[in-house]
Amino acid sequence: MTDRAIIELRDVEKRYGSVQALTGITLDIREGEFFSLLGPSGCGKTTLLRTIAGFEDLSSGRLQIDGQDMDGVAANRRPTNMVFQSYAIFPHLSVAQNVGFGLRRKPGTKAEKATAVENALEMVGLGGYGGRAAHALSGGQRQRVALARALILKPKVLLLDEPLSALDKKLREQMQVELMRLQRHVGITFILVTHDQEEALIMSDRIAVMFDGEIAQLDSPERLYKRPNSRRVADFIGVMNFLDGQVLGQDGERISLDVAGLGRVDVSPDQVAGAPRTGPVAVGIRPEAMTLLFDGETTRRQVIEGEISEVVYFGDMTHYQVTLPGTPAPVTLSMGNAVDRQVLPAGTKARIAWDPRSLTVFPAN
Amino acid sequence: MRKGRLLSVYALAYLVFLYAPIILLPLFAFNSSSIIAFPLKGFTTDWFSELRTIEALHAAVWTSLFIAVVTAVFSTLLGICAARAGTRHNFPGKGGILGMIMLPIVLPEIIVAVSLIVVIIQFFGFGLTRWAVIAAHVLICTPFCVAILNSSFGNLDASLEEAAIDLGESRFSSFRLITLPLVAPGLIACFLISFTISLDEFIIAFFLTGTEPTLPVYIWSLLRFPQRLPVVMALGTILVALSILLLILAEYFRRRGLKRTGKEDHGGFL
Repeated sequence: MTDRAIIELRDVEKRYGSVQALTGITLDIREGEFFSLLGPSGCGKTTLLRTIAGFEDLSSGRLQIDGQDMDGVAANRRPTNMVFQSYAIFPHLSVAQNVGFGLRRKPGTKAEKATAVENALEMVGLGGYGGRAAHALSGGQRQRVALARALILKPKVLLLDEPLSALDKKLREQMQVELMRLQRHVGITFILVTHDQEEALIMSDRIAVMFDGEIAQLDSPERLYKRPNSRRVADFIGVMNFLDGQVLGQDGERISLDVAGLGRVDVSPDQVAGAPRTGPVAVGIRPEAMTLLFDGETTRRQVIEGEISEVVYFGDMTHYQVTLPGTPAPVTLSMGNAVDRQVLPAGTKARIAWDPRSLTVFPAN
Repeated sequence: MRKGRLLSVYALAYLVFLYAPIILLPLFAFNSSSIIAFPLKGFTTDWFSELRTIEALHAAVWTSLFIAVVTAVFSTLLGICAARAGTRHNFPGKGGILGMIMLPIVLPEIIVAVSLIVVIIQFFGFGLTRWAVIAAHVLICTPFCVAILNSSFGNLDASLEEAAIDLGESRFSSFRLITLPLVAPGLIACFLISFTISLDEFIIAFFLTGTEPTLPVYIWSLLRFPQRLPVVMALGTILVALSILLLILAEYFRRRGLKRTGKEDHGGFL
């Protein structure tokens, strides 16, 4: 990965009649990075991808790929290739004909092209599959063919439109790892569109979270999870408990809060995401930032008392719904399961350890 | 059990009712009497030999074939355009326009025929040629093509063409390389159905035929001469045989198309 921008979007807007699909998208995507566009359906992420591919025109704004303005450059002349959600494997062609489709107009002898096809198939783990009929492939194999077909043209940017959504969970997880490995191997910029926050967190170098045609936050997966810049992003990425809070005042660098269930807390300014410095706020805490203390366990962190109201067992971990004193709704708390740690039943009174540094403060509703 | 018996009797009666009259055609075509009545007299192929000698009949067959082929070509082409526009694009007045294209299916042919005569002779001042019949036949065949191709195009993943464009092909070449081969079974079906409709269409052809009668119009004219009836039977026999052959051919291409794209078979002609 370099710091050079391979794709530059400036104030990109897209309107369909009176519907505003994209608003003020300004974004640099770096050469060689694995970039994700993440958002709920209808947020404009696919429209943005199709805009980069050249299937949609910009209503206004500018798009440059590798320093070249893409205004008036048709999809078949852009240095991008796409893996479609449905894979769009040509059913009447063989696997090799599918993969070699883009080479039709490229220079080179038949033998050279055949070698390129075989290498591309080898790269996605389908060596020797060239002669098969495309329609006889499984879902995972189709996706690999779609990848090989796009990568054989050595695009500057590979666009992936929800490529894993059609696969079952096991295969999806396997393909996530393979896609990352492949991306590192070829060094091409990948832009992934997904609605699956876990998938985006696992695979991406950077993620742009989109809502209603706008980029809500652009950050590394870790920053995005730890320091979401709005309640909406916090809610979309993973699970976040929200507690009612009140700003008491500011003492130098520290901001004092009164948080329902947790009591008086001091936080640092970088934990405050656009919240007012006075009045009511919403205080977010992740489930894993709270830990149940088992008999006699001690901690240097802060401790509160609560009562377990519901237990959900996942095998590797357990989710507890815990009612804190003075809060209307229970909070979710997750604990990894271990040999010497039994699952506590509902109704148990428990001590919970937590750390003020794990809080994020948002505007109240 | 009883219910099953009743059902099979019903099915059998149904088939007899449908096909018995058609079986009479070859029966009387090979009967040596010139009167169409039982009992049959003897076996002959004279009626078929006589077919070979009637010049007017040959002319009618060629006229009909010409009209049917040209009609099928134009209807299929127009069907491709309309079905593609209808399934891929949105434009103002789309519903109304597509509705108007489909309307001739329910329009009485006699109305179409009479109004076309008025338009062609009075309005354009053209004579009645085979092209008049072709124009009218295209009008009534195109809706069938649109209906068939709507499902062909509708079943096609829209991103297939986009993928081809993405891989460097132009709009037209991706249509030619990807879409056309995939809708080929639909195109063949369109062609054959238009061909068949045009070949046996009578009312419009009767009104718009000038000096060159089509086959149905010619057969109708033969019916005025009872002694010619067995010849008509012989001709009918040949036509039925050809229809069955055509149907088998159409089904063969349809199944081959399905097999190539690996789709599941959901019914068909046969």
